[in-house]
Amino acid sequence: MIELISVEKRYPSGLLAVSNIDLGVAEHEIVAVIGPSGCGKSTILRLIAGLEAPTSGTARVAGHDVHGPDQSVGIVFQQPRLMPWLTVEKNVAFGLGKGHESSPEVAEVIARVGLTPFAKALPRELSGGMAQRVAIARALVTRPPVLLLDEPFSALDAFTRIDLQTHLLEVWDWYRPTTFLVTHDIDEALILADRVVVLGGSPGSIQADITVDLDRPRSRTASSFHRLQDESMTALGRSRASQAVAEAARVEGVG
Amino acid sequence: MTGTLTPPSLREPQAPGETSSHPRERRRRLGRVGLGLVVPIAALALWELGAVTGVISTRLIPPPSQIATTLADLASDGALWVHSLATTLRVLAGFALGAFAGTVLGAATGVSNRFGTLFDPTLQALRNIPSIAWTPLFILWFGIFETSKVLMIALGVFFPVYLTFSGAIASVDRGLVEVGKAYGFNTYTLIRRILFPASLPTYVIGLRNGLGLGWMFVVAAEFLGASEGLGYLLVDGQQTGRPAVIIASIAMFALLGKLTDRVLASVGARFTYWQDGFVREGATR
Repeated sequence: MIELISVEKRYPSGLLAVSNIDLGVAEHEIVAVIGPSGCGKSTILRLIAGLEAPTSGTARVAGHDVHGPDQSVGIVFQQPRLMPWLTVEKNVAFGLGKGHESSPEVAEVIARVGLTPFAKALPRELSGGMAQRVAIARALVTRPPVLLLDEPFSALDAFTRIDLQTHLLEVWDWYRPTTFLVTHDIDEALILADRVVVLGGSPGSIQADITVDLDRPRSRTASSFHRLQDESMTALGRSRASQAVAEAARVEGVG
Repeated sequence: MTGTLTPPSLREPQAPGETSSHPRERRRRLGRVGLGLVVPIAALALWELGAVTGVISTRLIPPPSQIATTLADLASDGALWVHSLATTLRVLAGFALGAFAGTVLGAATGVSNRFGTLFDPTLQALRNIPSIAWTPLFILWFGIFETSKVLMIALGVFFPVYLTFSGAIASVDRGLVEVGKAYGFNTYTLIRRILFPASLPTYVIGLRNGLGLGWMFVVAAEFLGASEGLGYLLVDGQQTGRPAVIIASIAMFALLGKLTDRVLASVGARFTYWQDGFVREGATR
């Protein structure tokens, strides 16, 4: 459903963010990308979203090359990014155009995220977790086949984050969109994803691709969970080391 | 499940200026208006007292009671209405023209980099010319009658509206803009659905600034030859040696200026009730 074929992204400043990325996400699969900050994981998401174009290589979504933002993709950002002047239902209907806020699709997706009593509330009246659920509803209202999540819960407190991870899986079960999640939280990746891709180095490249063969709902205390935590941690450690080496080499090259 | 939810203060979003019918709320509002009147009433009382006791010379500084009489006289022979109406109409016409131009150019320079680089330096340079300096030229070009006056006012209104609006657009949260881009919005839709609403609170402040300057410029315009208007009344009071008439016109300027600003502010508040800003300490939203 999502395909990245030898993708490279160099910014106009000359910074090479990611290179040599080959990655596929199957239909209905949830793939999490973890990695240290600055490894280019958000860049990859933005390439899939069509918010940026790769310098070389191809990004494909639902069988089409990505040439810009597309309605087959829903995005949830780290911040809810709700329009503060619109009510919850109008925010959810934002991409549908005016007058759609009372349509049954909007009511359904608001019910799915459990915010029906708040449909007419303004963003300033919501808690951080509720605001992020509105953002999820807004991303899913057109039932896009692909859902992109860019560190969606990292601005929330630990309890709300765990709540929302569980909640996301419930909402995801609605029609099981192909999901690409960027996070820096190993536990979050292991709770949510079918596969965890470890990104690292500078420029970022794929260091490990770990299959999470655990049944849902997953327990954070099971030994199998700990085994995967260790495995991811080790891969992440390697990637951080390689990133440090690359950065040191670059500094030396400059100096 | 994530637990059951009970809505908090799930009141319908209520626009300020729309008083709730609750008697306690209404009393509090009246109290607030009352507090705002304490200082001016005390000042007027002291002034009157000074005149009665002879501390203040009434020949040059007439007491409030005499100004009130003058206002009543002017009102009864209809002159007050004629002059106030003439001035207000000029301000409104100039404001409409200047605010429209400021909005359009402000949006263009705020949104488009090319347009901004092309026009903004010129406009910034022109802004530094005291607008009153244009008056002789405007009179040469457009004559002594209404056109030059309205254009003078429009020029005064234009700059604050232009500056505030283009600045407000430039400071709209990049994250919100990206939401629109992710929906594939074109520039026009981006302006209409994100940039304009997001900059509305600041834009309203720009409009209010502009209106204030409009009232300033109407005086300058009316000084330079008018047969009616509050500015004319000012000059007339000076030339006929009637300070009460001057102060009465000044009072009318204050009243009309405050009134139009109030209308603009409450219309603005109706569109910006969603703001999650600082609420003054001790105040209620």
